[in-house]
Amino acid sequence: MSEQTLKRVDLIFGEYSNEKYKVLASTLERTNDDILNDLLESGLRGRGGAGFPTAMKWKYTAETPGDEKYVVCNADEGEPGTFKDREILYRVPRKVFSGMAICGKVIGAKKGYMYLRGEYKFMVPDLIKELDSYHEHVKELGFDFTIEIRMGSGAYICGEESALFESMEGGRGEPRNKPPYPTTSGFMKKPTVINNVETFVNVLMIMRLGPDQYKKLGTTDSRGSKVFSVSGDTPIPGIYELELGMPLDRFVDEFGDGDTKAVQVGGASGFCVPRKKFKDTVIGFEGVPTGGSMMIFNSSRSMYNVLHNYLEFFEEESCGQCTPCRVGCQQLLKGIVAVKKGEKKALYLDQLMKLSESMKITAKCGLGQSVANSFSSIVNNFKEEMIY
Amino acid sequence: MAKNINLTIDGINVTVDEGATILEAARKLNIHIPTLCYHEDLCVAGNCRVCVVEQEKVRNLPASCATPATEGMVIHTNSMKVRMARKHIVELLLSEHNADCTKCYKNGNCELQGLASQMLTGDHLFLDLVPDKKYTIDMFNTAIIKDDSRCIRCQRCVRTCEELQSVSALGVAYKGNKMKISTFFEHSLFEVVCTNCGQCVNRCPTGALIERNYIDQVWDAIYDPNKHVVVQTAPAVRVALGEALGMATGKIVTGKMVAALRRLGFSSVLDTDFTADLTIIEEGHELLNRLKKALVDKDPTVALPMATSCSPGWIKFIEHTFPEYLPNLSTCKSPQQMFGALAKTYYAQKRKLDPKNVVSVSIMPCTAKKFEANRPEMRSSGYKDVDYVLTTRELGIMIKQAGLDFEELPEEKFDSFMGSSTGAAVIFGSTGGVMEAALRTAYEIVTGREVPFDGLNIVPVRGTEGEVREATIKIEKVKPEWSFLEGVELKCAVANGLAHAKTVMQNVRDGKATYHFIEVMACPGGCLGGGGQPIPTNKEIRTKRKMAIYEEDMGMPIRKSHENPEIAEIYKEFLEKPLGHKSHELLHTHYTPRKRY
Repeated sequence: MSEQTLKRVDLIFGEYSNEKYKVLASTLERTNDDILNDLLESGLRGRGGAGFPTAMKWKYTAETPGDEKYVVCNADEGEPGTFKDREILYRVPRKVFSGMAICGKVIGAKKGYMYLRGEYKFMVPDLIKELDSYHEHVKELGFDFTIEIRMGSGAYICGEESALFESMEGGRGEPRNKPPYPTTSGFMKKPTVINNVETFVNVLMIMRLGPDQYKKLGTTDSRGSKVFSVSGDTPIPGIYELELGMPLDRFVDEFGDGDTKAVQVGGASGFCVPRKKFKDTVIGFEGVPTGGSMMIFNSSRSMYNVLHNYLEFFEEESCGQCTPCRVGCQQLLKGIVAVKKGEKKALYLDQLMKLSESMKITAKCGLGQSVANSFSSIVNNFKEEMIY
Repeated sequence: MAKNINLTIDGINVTVDEGATILEAARKLNIHIPTLCYHEDLCVAGNCRVCVVEQEKVRNLPASCATPATEGMVIHTNSMKVRMARKHIVELLLSEHNADCTKCYKNGNCELQGLASQMLTGDHLFLDLVPDKKYTIDMFNTAIIKDDSRCIRCQRCVRTCEELQSVSALGVAYKGNKMKISTFFEHSLFEVVCTNCGQCVNRCPTGALIERNYIDQVWDAIYDPNKHVVVQTAPAVRVALGEALGMATGKIVTGKMVAALRRLGFSSVLDTDFTADLTIIEEGHELLNRLKKALVDKDPTVALPMATSCSPGWIKFIEHTFPEYLPNLSTCKSPQQMFGALAKTYYAQKRKLDPKNVVSVSIMPCTAKKFEANRPEMRSSGYKDVDYVLTTRELGIMIKQAGLDFEELPEEKFDSFMGSSTGAAVIFGSTGGVMEAALRTAYEIVTGREVPFDGLNIVPVRGTEGEVREATIKIEKVKPEWSFLEGVELKCAVANGLAHAKTVMQNVRDGKATYHFIEVMACPGGCLGGGGQPIPTNKEIRTKRKMAIYEEDMGMPIRKSHENPEIAEIYKEFLEKPLGHKSHELLHTHYTPRKRY
């Protein structure tokens, strides 16, 4: 057992500054270059899971010519096992709005949108109350950036940024071809920054603490802290803010029930890490990245059932437009069932593994591309459970 | 000037304009990258993923149809990764697709089948998903059949319906494994805003959208010794039928087509062009009548602009979308329906046949004609005026079934009467043709002189794909009885493709444009690009057909409808006068409003 305990952090959920929108007010007085430099220096990478450097995303959008630009906060938290954005929006919405406003200043946008997961409708009255107060304050500050809430309708795919734009524009939630990327053509085909809820809070905290202090947390590749949604076979499920770059074995020591067999890092589209790899696995962009979901499985769990569950999810939540994802998900699911039933030989798993590789490199968006993550990591590590 | 982009494909350097895709660059090098969802007439979807290629230093395989070429890009179209991925994708499509090819109407003309045979998939790498899918076939429509089991979800039809036609009868429904192409509340195509134009059929890569075929019924009629089977052929068929039988695009095959129809056993081979000429006489007088009512009688109820009514896709479109403008439609039936009504009256009398034994068949470049023939409005002869409508494609199939060597057939002439026609009738097949033909006649009625255009070619009204044509013809030195038209500038608009028809009608409705006469053809390029024409279709093919149509016009001895001798004869023997009582009864009709939903 490791002696060192994990470093619990209180950055995201930490108390508001004593004066409302104080950090925003002081940041608005700084130059855009200054803000971007701090962000770059901080090493902040997107908290939605993909980990794109936030400063670069903002810089590209700022540099794209155009009078009309948008800031979008992706609050369509749909990844199975992830529930941290809900908590952030419940406890510190002001930080989120402030982060969006800073982004609006940097890129030259006058309008921000929060695309809120359909199931989070109950939070709308509280969010609107905070938004009213936000709008009052920016008005006083003489800063023109309004924020509006748009509701999702329950499709997982709408968390994919370009599908989210389609949905916001009133279309069917289907990912677009990339390029062009949102930095040049996003919402309403205008240059748009879209970031995760948590990313915006991180931005604000960097503005408050300065990049040097922020950088003290985490590792070279994974700066700062991260809010984790811990679920599964754990005596203490819940939301925890931890330093990035921790080894998985220490995480399991702290959150597992003593019989942990595997941890699914990053939800259904993430990776399954088996017990034997806990020690060598780092949670962060240099190791296994995560949007926050940490699902712990103990030895009573069938990994076949876990995978079956994920594939059922993907089969239903694929938007259905591209072949590899729409049909590939169905084939993976039917395939493991056929092997389990003995209708197909165990070797068929190799065939499916190749298929998942093809899906990874040919699917139109991140959904289809990431199905292979859980599929290959579960099949590779728990092959006997797939067959017998 | 567009910027030049240099890239390397399969080791060969190529330069393209900025904005060109990898696919376009590859085509420039004659490197064939397979595609399925891609179609030149439509926006890029990038959803089938068949066209993926490998780009050096990039992890994922980009879809070549949707990815712009960038400077210094190094592309491989046939690497190990690409071959594996492409094979997987085609196998996945096949696993979801009802691949019972010998039972499919598109057998032999299916892009998925072509791809499968080209790649020699054959392995059935994956499980068959078809049995679980509970696919449905929409067989209720009289014109188009939609078989979801053949659908590969490429969305070409959806894009066609929305972009080219602004109809949006077809859309995507559900998601994931249940995703499918469907209609409003999954109603039959028969019950929704579908205009039956068949543009989706022309672009469907598989057999998911096909015309309802009446080949067997027509054979039965031909073999029935008690039936007299009359066949009429539309103007646009003669410039496209060759394509369905392996000939080059844009060949005029009128004579061979007549010979083939005779050999198939039709009792009489006649020409829709005859009734196209008749349409011009009736419609021309109708226009002049409306102008007189408006200008002389100052009748406020007269509906102007008058719009043509030859295109049944357009008729259904206006019924659904602009029902308040139904009075503006010419009351003339389409040439097909005029022909049908006359076949069972005038023709039957003249040939001393009992009309109940006359079977009237038409060969059309169109799927909407099938719907039109089944309309309740189209029974004025006391019988169903046109019994069966076959597309150009169906005729091609019948010719193949009969084992005729089409290219070697002699050139034969249409039977008479109702077989003679003019160049004015031929150009009905191209956008702007009805307008031009009508002007050739109406101008001469009013002024006694030929239209003041070189060689009768009224080029300003000849439509162009992708735009609305507007033209103004000044009427001068009129005959005394038409004095009210002296100096009038006749304003015309010509639209092809329903998206452009919609623009014209919106402009009329919003008062942004005033016209006297509007010609609308539902399909891109007019009938030559009709939903019943040979597949594939693209702008190049349609342009060649168009050139052939105007060539045919130029080659006709008579090029003005009112000079067709059989037209004079039919008025003398049967119809008496244009817009007369008989005409009204047999050749004119009215349509009724329909709802959008």
